[in-house]
Amino acid sequence: MVGEPLVINVGPQHPSTHGVFRLKLTLDGERILDCEMVMGYLHRSMEKLAEERTWTQNIPFTDRTDYLSAMTGNLAYCLAVEKLAGIPVPPRAHWIRTIMAELQRFASHCMAIGTFVNDCGAWHTPLLYMMREREKVLDLFELACGARLTTNYMRIGGVARDLPPEFLPRLRELVKELPQRIAEYEELLVENEIIVARARGIGVLSAEQAIAYSVSGPMLRGSGVAWDLRKANPYAAYEQVEFDIPVGVHGDCYDRFLVRLAEMRQSVRILEQALDMIPSGPVQTPVPLALRPPPGEAYGRIESPRGELGFYVVSDGGPSPFRFHIRSPSLINLTPLPEMVRGLTVPDAIITLGSIDIVVGEVDR
Amino acid sequence: MTLLDSWWDLRDLGHAVAAFLEWLGDRGVPSWLPYLVSTLVGLMALLLWALLSQLFFIWAERRLLARIQVRLGPNRAGPFGLLQPVADALKVLSKEMITPRGADKVLFWLAPIGVVVPAIVALGVIPFGQRMVLADLNVGLLFIVAVSSTATLFVFLAGWGSANKYSLLGAMRSVAMLISYEVVQVLALLAVAVFVGSIRLGDIVSWQGRYNTWLIFLQPLGLLGFLIASSVEVNRTPSDIAEAESEIVAGYHTEYGGIRWGMFQMAEYIAGFVVAATVAVLWLGGWTLWGLEEWVPGWLIFLIKLYGVFFLFIWLRGTLPRLRIDQLMGFAWKFLLPLMLLNVLLAGLEMVVWKETEAPAEVVLPIWAVGNIAIGVGLVVGWALLMGHLRPRNRPARSLLVREVGQIYYRPLEEV
Repeated sequence: MVGEPLVINVGPQHPSTHGVFRLKLTLDGERILDCEMVMGYLHRSMEKLAEERTWTQNIPFTDRTDYLSAMTGNLAYCLAVEKLAGIPVPPRAHWIRTIMAELQRFASHCMAIGTFVNDCGAWHTPLLYMMREREKVLDLFELACGARLTTNYMRIGGVARDLPPEFLPRLRELVKELPQRIAEYEELLVENEIIVARARGIGVLSAEQAIAYSVSGPMLRGSGVAWDLRKANPYAAYEQVEFDIPVGVHGDCYDRFLVRLAEMRQSVRILEQALDMIPSGPVQTPVPLALRPPPGEAYGRIESPRGELGFYVVSDGGPSPFRFHIRSPSLINLTPLPEMVRGLTVPDAIITLGSIDIVVGEVDR
Repeated sequence: MTLLDSWWDLRDLGHAVAAFLEWLGDRGVPSWLPYLVSTLVGLMALLLWALLSQLFFIWAERRLLARIQVRLGPNRAGPFGLLQPVADALKVLSKEMITPRGADKVLFWLAPIGVVVPAIVALGVIPFGQRMVLADLNVGLLFIVAVSSTATLFVFLAGWGSANKYSLLGAMRSVAMLISYEVVQVLALLAVAVFVGSIRLGDIVSWQGRYNTWLIFLQPLGLLGFLIASSVEVNRTPSDIAEAESEIVAGYHTEYGGIRWGMFQMAEYIAGFVVAATVAVLWLGGWTLWGLEEWVPGWLIFLIKLYGVFFLFIWLRGTLPRLRIDQLMGFAWKFLLPLMLLNVLLAGLEMVVWKETEAPAEVVLPIWAVGNIAIGVGLVVGWALLMGHLRPRNRPARSLLVREVGQIYYRPLEEV
């Protein structure tokens, strides 16, 4: 029987779109003939708003682009402005930034893996296990800057304030605990028959495609491309720490999941080293409140939990940016989705979307 | 159990009813009245039990899942949150019921009512105790299978009538799964019937009591198949595909709200109880517990077994992710079905050998228990290996760890 294909909207209100994002699937039975992405439901016009505010006032915006990874947003923006204005950063601030970025990566990957497994149909159990550890990371953030989610901690030329004295001992405690927690997740998930059956060979993105779509982050590494800005273009204190880049082989959902899990381990490794190597000293270079960088442009980029997060800022010598652009990894990682899910079934599309790990705040900005 | 046959013998509440009916009969009432009274009493008891159990298990499931998921669960309403289901029920009752504009009004209205009926009717043949059974049918097993599968009809009505694409997908999945797993379920039950030689549920329990064994030891493979097939039919993870939350929102009951949704929830729970009761009767010895039923009311033993089996479903729900529909169907046809056929064959052979040699049960049954468990494990493992469990694409892997950037390690996953 030949009939019309069925068009269903996954989203904007749907349990597994991770925000307000819409996926228009054209189906033949359960098989996907075509997939169209509709985004913009969370557009807040950040790039335009930023042109009206001073350079420092823009830092809270960077929290709110990728709200699951506020620290890295702060960091990327501050790096860009520091590059533009030529502001040095004291070494202790570099290390604090590294610690915060890695903690944030751990917390963000907790959410990424948890929601991915949720999309595979687990009834919240792995997610809630990971939330438990994420809570502890957020407690540390709260200790350092008073906020848990939208931290607003980094400043141009350093960080807002020095770490409180109890921060490092508590971090040390957490770092001791985390490896066994990660081992717990691995035991629960990596060899889980159902997860292997569901995610293996699904949503395949080959290395060529990944590069052609300029995908980045765990998604690129899941496709077997060893690329990490922390190594390729070191910033903060990453040059001084040792870590490995986890790389997948087959570029499927399962590999992306494995890469994230392995990156959590590497983050803990970096944190361990940072705990021993963090120097004392000032944490901020004095910067005028109404900073006026010289006319010019700069691009600051970091390896955020989702990929290459870049801030392109242009100054005309005024107190606010002339142009402020965010190269958001979520948006760019999302672009190959239709190609990845064509020919698969609805559940596959859902877990493929889950494995990309988007934050809609960052997709739409 | 030595029967006192007195109405006050609490170990079997059936005595009281029987005594009451006898008393009625002595008074010379028309013959249809005792019949009607016994039906009404039984129905009320069953409904009351089902609803109370459900209320309790809503609470228990939420608390247990919370324990599994390192959180607290409902603990505000009443002691330990025990009144939470009551609050939920009141909320559900007072919510507005919305009918979508494009819905087929009659089907939409009929489905939630109809879906509860089979679940409750199937309870009618479950023996809670020796005489505590509403209708002691001689085809009880068949009745359960036949009745409980009609619930899918109403699930499909719900999906079709909602005029919602998610509902439709859920309904189609549900029907597809029923067709596959019904076969498995029936074959699993068939092996039990072959062993016992009767499909009256009471006979199956007394058979297990007579030989002082439970069929779980003689039919482990059948139990496995039945449990998996039933978890599919009552829509519990890892096979809650018909209402997969992360994919199709709520499947066939996406458009239902208020008490209509509550009816679906109720049907799901009661169907779960029916499955648990079937397992308890068929494989776990029903109301018997190796002589303990002399002292403890049989229905209490039965309920403990039933709730134990239901707990298993909750545990699975808190632990496992969900399979994809094609994987689940493939699992039924390629894996479970052959195993269940072999199981029936095995059971038949064993019965023939027993009848022919006329060996005493004390010798034969232990041998077969050990043999069947060994064969069961062997078959499951062997079949899994044969079906390609160890194929490279099914093997778990670890990501590579590299030190330098710039290399490409991509290799397409070989199709097997």
